[in-house]
Amino acid sequence: MDNNKIIIVDNLIKDYSMGSSFFRALNDISFSAKKGEFTGLVGPSGSGKTTLLNILGALDNPTQGDAVVLGKSVKSLSHKDAAQLRNHSIGFIFQTYNLLPVYTVFENVEFSLLLLKKGKEEREEAVMKALSWVGLTNKANSRPNQLSGGESQRVAVARAMVKNPEIVLADEPTANLDAENSHNIIRTMLKLNEELKTTFIFATHDEKVISYLHRKIVLNDGKIVNDLILN
Amino acid sequence: MLTIKLAFRNITHAGIRTWLNVFVLSFAFVLIVFTEGFYDGMAQQIKDAMINSEIGGGQFWQKDYDPYDPFSIEQSHSLVPANINDEVKKGNALAVLVVSAAIFPRGHVQSALIKGIDPEQKIINIPSAVLDNNADTNSIPGLIGAKMANNTGLNKGDFVSVRWRNIHGTFDAADIKIVEIMNTDVQSIDRDQIWIPLNKLQSMLQAPGQATIITMKKNIVNIPSGVPEFVFHNHDYLFKDINDNLNRKKISSALMYILLLSMALLAVFDTQVLAIFRRRKEIGTLMALGMTRWNIISLFTLEGSLLGILAFVSGMIYGVPLLAFLAKTGVGLPSMVQSVGSSIPTTLYPKYGIRLYIITTMILFFSVIIVSFLPTRRITKLKPTDALRGKLS
Ligand SMILES: Nc1ncnc2c1ncn2[C@@H]1O[C@H](COP(=O)(O)OP(=O)(O)OP(=O)(O)O)[C@@H](O)[C@H]1O
Ligand SMILES: [Mg+2]
Repeated sequence: MDNNKIIIVDNLIKDYSMGSSFFRALNDISFSAKKGEFTGLVGPSGSGKTTLLNILGALDNPTQGDAVVLGKSVKSLSHKDAAQLRNHSIGFIFQTYNLLPVYTVFENVEFSLLLLKKGKEEREEAVMKALSWVGLTNKANSRPNQLSGGESQRVAVARAMVKNPEIVLADEPTANLDAENSHNIIRTMLKLNEELKTTFIFATHDEKVISYLHRKIVLNDGKIVNDLILN
Repeated sequence: MLTIKLAFRNITHAGIRTWLNVFVLSFAFVLIVFTEGFYDGMAQQIKDAMINSEIGGGQFWQKDYDPYDPFSIEQSHSLVPANINDEVKKGNALAVLVVSAAIFPRGHVQSALIKGIDPEQKIINIPSAVLDNNADTNSIPGLIGAKMANNTGLNKGDFVSVRWRNIHGTFDAADIKIVEIMNTDVQSIDRDQIWIPLNKLQSMLQAPGQATIITMKKNIVNIPSGVPEFVFHNHDYLFKDINDNLNRKKISSALMYILLLSMALLAVFDTQVLAIFRRRKEIGTLMALGMTRWNIISLFTLEGSLLGILAFVSGMIYGVPLLAFLAKTGVGLPSMVQSVGSSIPTTLYPKYGIRLYIITTMILFFSVIIVSFLPTRRITKLKPTDALRGKLS
């Protein structure tokens, strides 16, 4: 197995049961991704982008086939091991930011490190560094409800990046942002991708995002219809 | 630590809902402690009053004496045994002779007990000294309680005719002059009875040296034995009626506690169900960040349990001073409250035992933890993807 391939998806099928019948959301998907990729899953609504991303993040299980993420087979991970994998190696960024409302910006970013049982000093340093990446050190003590959408998503990026994960999975990260903020956030992520060699996988149909991608995997009706290397 | 911090933030963030829960819980808590303390204090007060005014350190009853059988009283007196008489002389015991009689207050006939007591006794808290009648040898001095006075219409200085049967079965009659009316909380030394000097009653009955009841001095250790005519009854026996009554009261108040606590717990349960429903997306996020279901279940259970802790703390903050104040100043009772049957003082001083406190606290914590946990079981079946999509399976 190629050690560079940190994601290997092999004949992956995902069915959702609909009462007595089922709906095939992913139909025989195979691809692999190398460390440091900046890749988008692109396709119309309902094509299965989120479904695939969730399986890569071990939030969901394949019906058939498998996804091997950082050498771990998602299919055979226990709930606890899946949580471990996410905690240590995967950062998530959501369309709706999903910050914890009761925590300050600082605490939201710090949270993953607490789960990883990092020491206080290490946490403080890492959080402030992550906030400086996204340009929000001055908002460390703000609450999520005091932030704009763009700022919220930057906090979410800092939260995903603070533990220096191998993989960041971002589901429509710009869908709720205006053009300027969209460019801003995607450039930040691109910079982190270059500096830290973090692998980014996006689910998106936003042309602004697509214009930054290094690779575009096009999905339609649960199938890969195209896989392009871009510049 | 992480969960505690997050749980604490979450419940303080929930604002008014949290405080309502805390208030209802702490109210139930304080009320239970108060009510229990109220009954315990009442029991203690009644018992203390009875010990001081009636039963001392326990009583010998003449073997035929049965306070619930008025006919037994005719026969229930015997010569005070020599060894008991020694104690009486030493001031360690008090002989009381009881006779049933008919009295004629203001022309009506009424039955009553005439009790003979040594006017110089110091064993029980009855102002028997007023019966010392060197001044007036022609009439028999009598002492009655306020309830008896009320009941018969007798006032201080009044004469009342009494008729009794002496030990030969012959009827005899005399007049008693009420020399004092005493106030007492102990009904069993008040209702339907007249206290007169023991030697007077003994000669009226033609039963010198005889008694019905021997009351031992409070805290006496050596109880005379070998007295076949008399049976010793300790506190346990003499308090049986009171204890039975109180236990019945406690059972009915236990029902109230269960109801009250159930309502408070239902509020917590409801809050938990609602919190899990409203925060399902947050649950999904926590899972995405790497928390396991059990981490999240502990988080929510802890949030609910913190309500119990806050209830305890706030209960302490307003409950302790309040209950301490009530224990000090006492709780005034309307005079008509007589439901425990025996004597209820007009002012009650609640008494809070440490055991009661610990048990109530434990029950509170335990039940809050359970109702906090129960709704979280939904999380065990929750798929992270569904949670993130805001679905609750
Ligand atoms: N839990 C589910 N149960 C049943 N069907 C589902 C479930 N989740 C997704 N689907 C279906 O699977 C298909 C793919 O969904 P998915 O969310 O992956 O699409 P998507 O490409 O992310 O779309 P969008 O761009 O709108 O986010 C859709 O037709 C959707 O209705
Ligand atoms: Mg989607």
